[in-house]
Parts: sequence; structure tokens; C-alpha cells
Amino acid sequence: MTQSSLPLPQIRALGETRRQDAWWVQPLLVFLGFSAFIVYSTWAAFQANHYWFAGGGANYLSPFYSPEIFGTSPHALFGPKPDWLPWPSFIPFSPAFLILWAPGGFRFTCYYYRGAYYKAFWGDPFNCAVGEPGFRGKNYRGEHKFPLILQNVHRYFFYIAALFIVLLSYDAVISYIWTTPDGGKTFGIGVGTLVLTVNPILLGAYTFGCHSLRHLIGGKHDCISSCSAARQSAYGCVSALNRRHMLWAWLSLFWVGFTDVYVRLCSMGVITDLRII
Amino acid sequence: MPPVTFRISRGDKTSTEFREYTTEAGEGMVVLDCVHQIQSESAPDLACRWNCKAGKCGSCSAEINGQPRLMCMTRMDMIDTSQPVTIEPLKSFPLIRDLVTDVSWNYRVKKSIKPFKPRKPDAPDGTWRMQQKDVDRVQEFRKCIECFLCQDVCHVLRDHHKHPEFAGPRHFVYTAALEMHPLDTEDRLGQMKHEGGIGYCNITKCCTKVCPEHITITDNAIIPLKERVVDEFYDPLTRLFRMFKPKK
Amino acid sequence: MQYQTYEHDVIVIGAGGAGLRAAIEASAAGCSVALICKSLLGKAHTVMAEGGMAAAMANVDDRDGWKVHFADTMRGGQYLNNWRMAELHAQQAPDRVKELEAWGAVFDRTKDGRILQRNFGGHRYPRLAHVGDRTGLEMIRTLQDHGIHQGIEVFMEMTAHTLLQESGPGSRVTGVFGYDRELGRFRVWKGKAIVLATGGIGRAFAVTSNSWEYTGDGQALAYRAGADLLDMEFVQFHPTGMVWPPSVKGILVTEGVRGEGGVLRNKDGHRFMFDDIPDNYKNQTAKDEEEGWRYVTGDKNANRPPELLTRDHVARCINREVKAGRGSPHGGVFLDIAWIKEKIPNAEAHIKKKLPSMYHQFMQLANVDITKVPMEVGPTTHYAMGGVRVDGETQMSTVPGLFAAGEVAAGLHGANRLGGNSLSDLVVFGKIAGEHAAKYAKANPASRVSDEQVDEAARRALAPFEKGARGENPYLIQHDLQETMQANVGIVRTENEMARALEDIQKLKARAANVGVPGNREYNPGWHTAIDLANLLCVAEAVTRSALDRPESRGAQFREDYPNKSEECSKFNIITRPVNGGAEMRVVRQPLTPIRDDLKKIIEEQAK
Repeated sequence: MTQSSLPLPQIRALGETRRQDAWWVQPLLVFLGFSAFIVYSTWAAFQANHYWFAGGGANYLSPFYSPEIFGTSPHALFGPKPDWLPWPSFIPFSPAFLILWAPGGFRFTCYYYRGAYYKAFWGDPFNCAVGEPGFRGKNYRGEHKFPLILQNVHRYFFYIAALFIVLLSYDAVISYIWTTPDGGKTFGIGVGTLVLTVNPILLGAYTFGCHSLRHLIGGKHDCISSCSAARQSAYGCVSALNRRHMLWAWLSLFWVGFTDVYVRLCSMGVITDLRII
Repeated sequence: MPPVTFRISRGDKTSTEFREYTTEAGEGMVVLDCVHQIQSESAPDLACRWNCKAGKCGSCSAEINGQPRLMCMTRMDMIDTSQPVTIEPLKSFPLIRDLVTDVSWNYRVKKSIKPFKPRKPDAPDGTWRMQQKDVDRVQEFRKCIECFLCQDVCHVLRDHHKHPEFAGPRHFVYTAALEMHPLDTEDRLGQMKHEGGIGYCNITKCCTKVCPEHITITDNAIIPLKERVVDEFYDPLTRLFRMFKPKK
Repeated sequence: MQYQTYEHDVIVIGAGGAGLRAAIEASAAGCSVALICKSLLGKAHTVMAEGGMAAAMANVDDRDGWKVHFADTMRGGQYLNNWRMAELHAQQAPDRVKELEAWGAVFDRTKDGRILQRNFGGHRYPRLAHVGDRTGLEMIRTLQDHGIHQGIEVFMEMTAHTLLQESGPGSRVTGVFGYDRELGRFRVWKGKAIVLATGGIGRAFAVTSNSWEYTGDGQALAYRAGADLLDMEFVQFHPTGMVWPPSVKGILVTEGVRGEGGVLRNKDGHRFMFDDIPDNYKNQTAKDEEEGWRYVTGDKNANRPPELLTRDHVARCINREVKAGRGSPHGGVFLDIAWIKEKIPNAEAHIKKKLPSMYHQFMQLANVDITKVPMEVGPTTHYAMGGVRVDGETQMSTVPGLFAAGEVAAGLHGANRLGGNSLSDLVVFGKIAGEHAAKYAKANPASRVSDEQVDEAARRALAPFEKGARGENPYLIQHDLQETMQANVGIVRTENEMARALEDIQKLKARAANVGVPGNREYNPGWHTAIDLANLLCVAEAVTRSALDRPESRGAQFREDYPNKSEECSKFNIITRPVNGGAEMRVVRQPLTPIRDDLKKIIEEQAK
């Protein structure tokens, strides 16, 4: 905020550090973890197939495709893609594309993910007290200027992400409703039901530990004690989840991918869904 | 214990070099003890700051094997002494000599932040009422011992030299303590957005990792401040909402 | 001689609680103020204070009031206190606490939202406003953050070397000669009034809870300027400080460990505190270990274990064990809290919950898990009750224009200080000193600074470089001084040992005259140590001579050759002053000023 009177030490070169520990391991793992997810989810979104499973009366929908606004599965809310919806001809239509931007945007603008991918993908910096790519130097813009200033939109993605928790919970609930061979409905639990149940729980723990929510629900008040008891306990709960935000981010990321894999493999007939009840 | 070799950065702003010193590291010694021993044995003019030697004043900040740490709280048995142990001064500030840097910039930044301005006293005897629940948050920030390790490790200062347009984690913690103070009536959000450059923070959380007082700098101070800045400057809904809300 | 000159109305030396408060006050009175400190701003020893600041606000117990606080302070000080200071302190402390809050301090709260107060030794009611166990940090940060906006000019990392005066010792002060630690350049601050707020003298001893800055600078500066020092014999030793590893030798181990059931044992595993219980405490002390344990678990019918006897007594018992060769490997005794696992399930979790900072401190610094093994502890030099003699009303010393506040000033605490009274001392008397320094500066025009005095001071400051590496090593002299003071003028004193210390000090003074340092003036710690050495030797001698002249045991002073209080000695303070143009140090007995009748009545009423 004020000028420094003496010359500062030289800006260091990429990766320059006197740290002796394996500082590169953490960003590397993050890089591999995120990359794997991005590659897989993109591939899965392009499939536009095998994203739901009804074998044996099951009622599973992959979270990558939920809510299915237009599509060919029984889960589609408004039937197949209407003609008025413009779609580039060089990309095959997939219901996933209509919705994946929302959870994707939520994670992309999440405070935890931002710090993590700035390090692992941008090297800004790769790790604490490790030198950065030399070209950046004083041209660094951070989130102070365009484009990353747009990260401040995070709370709006939170509103949408919260809606998704409701929708995915609905998917979990209906996975307990099985179709009998005669077309009737019955209660049942399969392995897939459990997978789909765990999914919104982990996603909820991640989503409701959001920093923006923590601010909105109570953090913005200097005197939280003068708020209603409900708000105070809500703030307490969000803060508690927030302390483990990174853990929930990773668990939910893994699980949402795993849920898609599970439904996909069932649908493709590679594995058989085990019915428990 | 076998003697330990230290590579200590010596010199001033014109030139620096590593010099090696070997000293006996007795049981339970911390890095600062070794530096003192080197001072009294072989380098009486080795410059280093220290005061309390109990992790309470935040004077003996340095980089030990590349990690920003307090020398008085780094036990020798915590570090690998099979190879020379490097000790360097902080990197985000101009060097004065050896391990001593000019941290006066921090004092100037603090002075430029609007001071505490309490509301009118609540009671006729001129005192206020505050709930412990409300001051808990502020008390965490006020644990800060101003060792400036967070400023040192923050890449915005360390690698990008944004000193003129960035306040640094220490001063975000300071500002958060003022902004969240139940009695304070001043508004520093504009200052944080503009002069403080809080947007330059890209949440690497390195400041939190090095804090010897275990203040959750990023999650509890910086991000809540960023969110308050969003409220004030970016979020159209809160702006709209404010238009209909009675002014305080 | 080249030097930079500054002109101010008031010069404050030292930027701890007292110095900052004095600077703020003088500045508010419209004076231009220079604040000189040896370290960076906000690093002063005040940050180390933990417990709290005593102020009779009666937030927790409404029976409290300034009269009770006054009587407590006088009783704690064994009635050698300056009663006017004790009165002002008790009356004004609550306002100073409220003022800190108005400046942004965030104290722990009561349920109804007021400032919470806690119990402490010697205070009748819960009286210590606090912030967890870091009250000192809160105080200094509040004063610092408030002070930087008051137009005070702060000179960080600069050492005051000599007080400049109109015409030699005893005459009015005209300024300060000093140097900056960064480049070693000389500086002269011209001023109309000077406030000393330099803290204590702990570094004269080998084992101390004090930081390196505590080299008795203010006491020595004042003494050389011809001011009286008072009560120098009273140095407080805390019974339990860490003794191992060397990095933490002297760091406090809170009394809370013993309060939770920690016991003291010698190397034979013997619980030696049961061996010597003073007669007047026999009725209030547990008969056996079983009863002691019942006390710490909250049995109101049980008496307290002997580990919880008064600090001076516990410290002496520990000292006795060590001297008799029954100490721990590193020269302390064992303080064992882990043993309670014999008594209660989940002892480990219990200890961690009740003593988190102690657990952390030993884990991090000593790699000792106090839930499993005993700690090694020993007495540690903690606080100087004595210091510069000041007028109770204005805090001015016997040298015109020279003021003192905080630990460097004497009077408030008498023969022994109550915990919590030091932090309130800082702000109460910091304010008074600042106020009167400003008044003095306004009433008295600036005086000329003598070039000869500056040149002479500069010559003395540079002397160590002439000898260079051939001269005496300052670190070694300092080390030898600390050893002799620790061994001979420590917690248990005898005439013979102190006479030996005096001899040692004379020899060390001769060696110090030949001190030499290599290198140049830029940030040269060897040079700084050489300069501080003169101050340490001065205060060490004053402590020793004063202690020799008080043939009794009272408060913090324990004389093995005079183990009891003497009626005769209750009637005077001891003053140290230079004679023969500063060549010699003399101590004189100064009869106490008779206490005002109304205050006497308060003491009598409170004793009921």
C-alpha cells in the first residue's frame, strides 16, 4: 500500500527454493486428481448414453446428467431435445452439457479450488516459498483485475449448487423406488441406491460449507449474538463444515465421479447391481 | 550430538553470500540458540533480531531450509542436520544485514489503514457491552504477534513485489479484526478493495500455513473480507437490497 | 563527531506499555514527542505478560473497590510501598482499563457483556481484566495501534546511551544521546523532558523470564545522571521456570500446574515441600499427600498442599534442594503432573484440557510430554520492584525533567509485587508520567545541549572498537556477571556470598573497561552487548549493595543470615546514589514518609 524505500531482493526463477522437502508432490497430486476428473467427466458428458440404469427395476440416474432437462431417458423432464434449441452441429447433443456448467462453475469459483488450481495448474506459486515462472513477475493480476475478478460471482453459483443438492437428493430418494416386473412400485435398496444416497450427502457437506454461504448466513454480521437462534446455529454448522472444506471438496468430487462410473458400468452391463432389499 | 553445519546468509544490500559455521547443537536447542552460539564463538557481528525467545514477540523470523519460521520455535531435532542447515533473511523485505531485514513498510501500511472508531458507549459510565461469542472471532486475529512470516511467504509480495498496491495477509488480519469488532463504526472495505488490493490474494493459504500463532488467516480473515467486498462492490442483489434498506 | 539531531518537547525512552502510554498522553497534551525503543515497535517485554491487569472494576464481585485494591497492594508490598502511588494506582486502574477498551482492546467478557475479571494471588476479589493468557500482547498492540495515529515520532531499534544534562549529574536533563542499531550512527534528541520506560533488570541474572532488552538501561541512565535508585534489593523470583533445554531456561511455568495437582519432587523422588512448612501456615497446609490431593480436587474441608505455599517460600525450598545436591540433572527439581493418572482415569486428556498452553510449551520447546513425564523447573528472575525513585504525584525522579514509569520506576510494589499489578502500573503511571512530562516541557524552555557531553558519550560508545578483537569478549563478561549474580545474589542471600559478588562485580568492571569488539558499527550485536554491559554492571552492583544494607528477610528478599523480618528495617527504604562524581556507589537509608491518616484507616479496616 505504500512504497518500499530500499530495493527488494531479486525476483526468483521458476521453482527456485531452498526448501528441502518434496514440495512438488502436493501440487502434482492435485494436478493429477483434477485432470483425471476433468478428462473423465468430459468424456462421460460426451457419451450421452449409459447414464441411467433401470435394470431389474432399478431407478438410477447419473449425477452428471441430473437434472435431465431434455433427453431420451425416462428421467427427462421435458422429453427429447426440442428443435428450437440451437445446438452446434459438430458436437453431439448431450443432456449433460445443459447442466454441468453449474456444478462446474461452483467448483471452479470455489475458494478452495481456486487456491488449489492456481498452484497446481498455473504455478502461481507451485507451493509456498517456491519461485514462479519469471514472465509473470510484476505483471501479476491475481483476482484484482479481469478476468479472475469474475471469481467474485461465486455466491451465485452457490445458489444454483444448493438447488442441485435438492435435485440430487430427489434422485437419491427415487432410487429407493423400484419397478416391479408388472409395472408396480416397491421399496427397495440396491448397492446403487446407497451410492446415490451418499452422493448428495457428500455434496451437501461440501456445498453447505461454502465460504460465501458462511458469510451470507452470519459472517457478515459483527454481532452474531444478536441474530436469531436459528441463524446462530446455522452459522455454527456452516463454519464447522467450512473448516473441512478441502476434505469435503475432494470426497464429493470423487464420489460424484464414482457415482457416474457405477451407473454407467451397470447400464453397460459390465457389472451387476446387487439388490440388498 | 555431532556438530551441525549452518549455511548462513551474510552480507548487506550490495552483496550477500552463504558462509558456513559449525557449532555443537546441544540437547533441546533451537535454531536461535545455535545462532547465538555462533555469534559468541565465531561471528560476533552476525546480525539477527530476537527478543523474547518464547514465540511471543515475533522478532526472530527467518527462513530455515527455505521455510519461513521463527528461529526460537524451531527445535534442532525437528530439522535434518545431516546436511548443512541454511538460514536466510525474509525475502519480501529489503535486506539490512545478514538476517535482518527492513520491515518498516509494514508499519507504514498499518498506519495508512483507518483506525478503530467505536460507537457511543452503551452504558452511562462510558463502557460497552459485548458478548464473548462476538469477540471470539476478533480475539483470534488479535493473537497476531506481527512476525511478518505471512507477509514473507505471500507470493504477491515475495514474487510479484506488489508492495505499493497490496497490504498483505498481516494487514488483512488487522483490518478484519477492526471490521468485525463489535464496537467499530468505520468502513474500510473500499480501502481494502483499492489501496489494499485484496483481489491480488489468490488464496494459496501459505500465510495460514506459516502462522506461528495458528491464526486461520485465509479462511477466517481474508475470505470473509473478500466476501464483504463482494457485498459492497460486486453483488448486484445486495446493492439493490441496500437501496431499500433504511440507512443506519 | 557527526550525529543527527532531533528536537522534541518530550522524549520517551522505551516503547512497552508505560512508554507508549506516556507518549500518547504527552502527545495529547500538545507536545511533540519522540519515542525511542531498542526493538521494533510492539516487541517490548510487555508482550510476555499473561495473567491480566488488576483493576478494581467490581465487574465480577461488587464488594471490590479501590480501597480493597489499595490495601491488598500495600500488604503485598509489606508496607514499604510509596502509599501515594499505591493509592493513585488503585483509584485510576479501572479508568485505564476502560480506556484501553475504547481504543480497541478486546477483553474476555462476563455473561452480561462486561469485562471479565479473574482471581489471582494476593488479590481479595476477582480483579484481573484479561484476554486468555496473552493480556500483555493485547495491551501493547492496543496502545501501539492507537499511538501510531497520534503524531508521535517513533525511533525504532535505537538505543539511548547517555542522558545529556545542563551541568553534570543532578542537573536538569536536556536531551538523549544514542545510536541506531541498524547503522550505528549517532543521534541526539534534544528535549525539555524525558520519560524513562525501559523496564527491568532480569538480564543481570543467568536464569530469567526476561528478554535481552532487560539490561537495566533506564536505572543505569538515571543513576549516572545523578538520580536516586530505590529498593533495588527487591527482585522477584518466580518459583517455577523451565530449566531445560537451554533455549527456554527461565520461561515461566504457570502456578496452575500446581493448582491442578502437580507436585514437586527431588531427584530421589521425595516430595520435599512437606519437609519445611512455616509455623504460621501449619494450620492451613495439608498434613499428608492424601489431604493435598483432596484439596486440589475441590474438597473444601481439606487444606492446600505445601506446593501452593507463597511463591517466595516455594522458591527457597526448591533452591535448598538444588544446593544440597538433590536437584534434577539440569539444576532444577521435578514438577510432576503426570502422576495424577494414579488418581483419575483419563488423566492425559484432563491435563491437556486444563493446561493447554503448558502442554504445548513443553511439547514444542522441550519435547517433553507433561502428561507422561515430570517437568524440570527452578526459580527464575521475574521482576524488579526497585528502580528509579520518583515523586508519587508526578513520576519525576530526583533529576529535574527526568521522569520514570513502569518497571523502571520504584515505589508502587514495595518489597513484593502482586501478580496483575504490573500491567495496570504501566498504564496508570505511564499516563501520569506523560502528563507531567508535558507540563514540565511547557513550563520550561529548551536548554542548550553541550557538545562536550555528546563528544564524551560518543567516545565512550566507540571505545570497544579501539580494542577490537584483542579486548575482552563482552558476551563472556556478561555471562560471568549473570553467573555470579545468580549464585550469590539470587533467591537466598547471605552477607558472605554477596560480599563475594561485590568483589566479582569490581573485577568484572575492570574487565569491562577493556571490552573490545571486532567488525563495524552496522547492526553489530557484539557492540550492543558491550554497551549494555555497563548498565548491567551498574544495576547488579546496586542490587547487591542494597541487599547487603537490609539485614532482614522481607518480601522478595530472603537473607539466610537474617531469616526474619525486623521492626527496625520496616521503617526505611534504601536509596542508591552516586558519590565522588560517580566514581563510587553509596546506599543510604531513607525513612518512610508517614502514611496519611485516611489511608492508614483503610488499611486497618481492610485487615479486619
